[in-house]
Amino acid sequence: MSDVISSWTQLSDPAPGDGPHRRAPAIGPLAEGWQRFVRNRVAVAGGVVVLVMALGAVTAPLIAEYVVGIGPNDQDLVLGPQPPLTRSVDSSLAQDGSGRARLHLFGTDTLGRDLFVRVLYGARISLFVGLLATLLSVLVGVTYGAVSGYYGGWVDGLMMRFVDILFSLPYLLFVIMLMVFLGHRPWVLFIALGAVQWLTMSRVVRGQIMTLKKRQFVEAARATGVREFTIIFQHLVPNTIGPIVVYATLTMPVVMLAEAFLSFIGLGIQPPDASWGSLAAEGAATMDLFPWLITFPGLALAATLLSLNFLGDGLRDAFDPHREGP
Amino acid sequence: MTERAVSMPSGPQPAVAAPLLEVDDLHVQFFTREGIARAVDGVSFHLHAGEVLGLVGESGCGKSVTSLGVLGLVPDPPGRIVRGRITFRGRDLLSLPEGELRKVRGNDIAMVFQDPMASLTPYITVGKQIAEVVQLHRNLSRAAAHDEVVRLLGMVGIADGRDRFDAYPHEFSGGMRQRVMIAMALACDPAVLIADEPTSSLDVTIQAQILDLIATLRAKVGTAVLLISHDMGVVAGLTDRVAVMYAGRIVEEAPTAQLYANPQHPYTRGLLRAVPRLDRRGPVEPIPGRPPRPLAVPGGCPFRPRCGLAHEPCAGAYPPSVQLTDGHHAACWALEGRR
Repeated sequence: MSDVISSWTQLSDPAPGDGPHRRAPAIGPLAEGWQRFVRNRVAVAGGVVVLVMALGAVTAPLIAEYVVGIGPNDQDLVLGPQPPLTRSVDSSLAQDGSGRARLHLFGTDTLGRDLFVRVLYGARISLFVGLLATLLSVLVGVTYGAVSGYYGGWVDGLMMRFVDILFSLPYLLFVIMLMVFLGHRPWVLFIALGAVQWLTMSRVVRGQIMTLKKRQFVEAARATGVREFTIIFQHLVPNTIGPIVVYATLTMPVVMLAEAFLSFIGLGIQPPDASWGSLAAEGAATMDLFPWLITFPGLALAATLLSLNFLGDGLRDAFDPHREGP
Repeated sequence: MTERAVSMPSGPQPAVAAPLLEVDDLHVQFFTREGIARAVDGVSFHLHAGEVLGLVGESGCGKSVTSLGVLGLVPDPPGRIVRGRITFRGRDLLSLPEGELRKVRGNDIAMVFQDPMASLTPYITVGKQIAEVVQLHRNLSRAAAHDEVVRLLGMVGIADGRDRFDAYPHEFSGGMRQRVMIAMALACDPAVLIADEPTSSLDVTIQAQILDLIATLRAKVGTAVLLISHDMGVVAGLTDRVAVMYAGRIVEEAPTAQLYANPQHPYTRGLLRAVPRLDRRGPVEPIPGRPPRPLAVPGGCPFRPRCGLAHEPCAGAYPPSVQLTDGHHAACWALEGRR
């Protein structure tokens, strides 16, 4: 009997400190989310596709020069439009018989330009515009939404009514106006697109901050004399990083689609530069004769958008703040 | 720090020196959709250097709002300090600009909150959060701040501070987090520590450890403590004086021993009877009813509906505070004759 009692007292003896220390290596909430993400195969596949596209875009000049051996704007009017997997000999060199055979993986367009290289270069512009416009929208949207949500009251009312007004403007009209006023340059394109896309981001972040600011750690931080700027951007915003990342990956396809659309109707990227949208637009003109000219840019765009959406969904599942445990 | 530690004996100071912190006729109101909530309705108290004052009362009687008011942290909107003076070291805190007030917070007056699980920012490592306070108020380099954090963690009983520096709050238990909060509060040797129910969300064994820690550190550092609690037992063991709050006002205040031995206000008596005690047989008696909602505090004495001694004058006006002995006063019409 006394054994039982002593075993009980041993159990209930308070440990030095307040109970067992967990000596696992410091794992932040972000690292935990990452572990959940890696287990989601579809999302990882999406991420891989996006990475491959990005890699292709970054290395496009190298691939064009050393693998295909032809630039994106090198015309070959003799060759003309050829279907995929056509082999050709560089006509300028063919005269002296030293030309080497080239494989046109995606075929060539009406001016004899290699479509594979043009799609690679298109990725540069499409992904670049998508990435920069998304970054811009994140930067502006997070700052605006965090400030609005933290201060609340009339500040919030004023700031959010401004967002409402911008929301009510037909955004394509807005982008078109900006493009017309500032000229058809890629940087104008991403500013115009980013300027429209931050609105939803600011609402998402504002809502998060509004619920977070009532938590006690904000009061505790204020009680130690921390500045409001620090509270907003170091104590509050990192807590919304999950929704921000998720929403950003979902914004990128929207931006890229908008860019493609603007280029398609002739307002975006101007020839001879090409984005996937403008390539598709060119291809659409001769769709009945040379279907590969719209198929490949369209496939590249569709694959990237789909992958980005999978990636975004996967990130949302992994970083959902309401989720408990792995 | 050492000067203060040496010069401040524990126990109440003779009322010669001017008090360190003086709250005079504080009124905090919340302007809500349903009307004006008088959360704090004329609270006055003072705190001498090195002294421990307990502030007790049921939930919702304005204890926490009083403490937030001292630091200028009443959420505005909807709350506002509508009247009163808060004097700290001769300076009127309410008239200080926000920037000056920020230098007081955490540096001169620090606070420990009720729920340690919610008081630390989840995405910043524990070490960084303490270092933030250290660097904010004391001119220290990063490396020096790091060492200081390790020292502070050691002071509150977290011996392996160097290893725990980079841990996130969720890796700590509730008691450990409250230790971290105390380390953070004491980081700048504050003159006043406001502890708002520092143990009410902890296990009983941990409660005792944390209270011990506060008592030890208080004796060592000489910080004055405003201990807010609804637990009469916690307050009895730790305080020099106790003020009892009801419906936004202090209804009785006395040196701790005297209050427990000789409570005068019926509310104080009720609170003491509601605590189970080892040296007394018989059932505990809860106070009937519940405290009034701050939105609808009845006129006259707000305790009247729950009071066994209620008679006609209680419905008329709020009872005046009656000085009973030195440092012991209570506001009750039943005490009128003993003025």
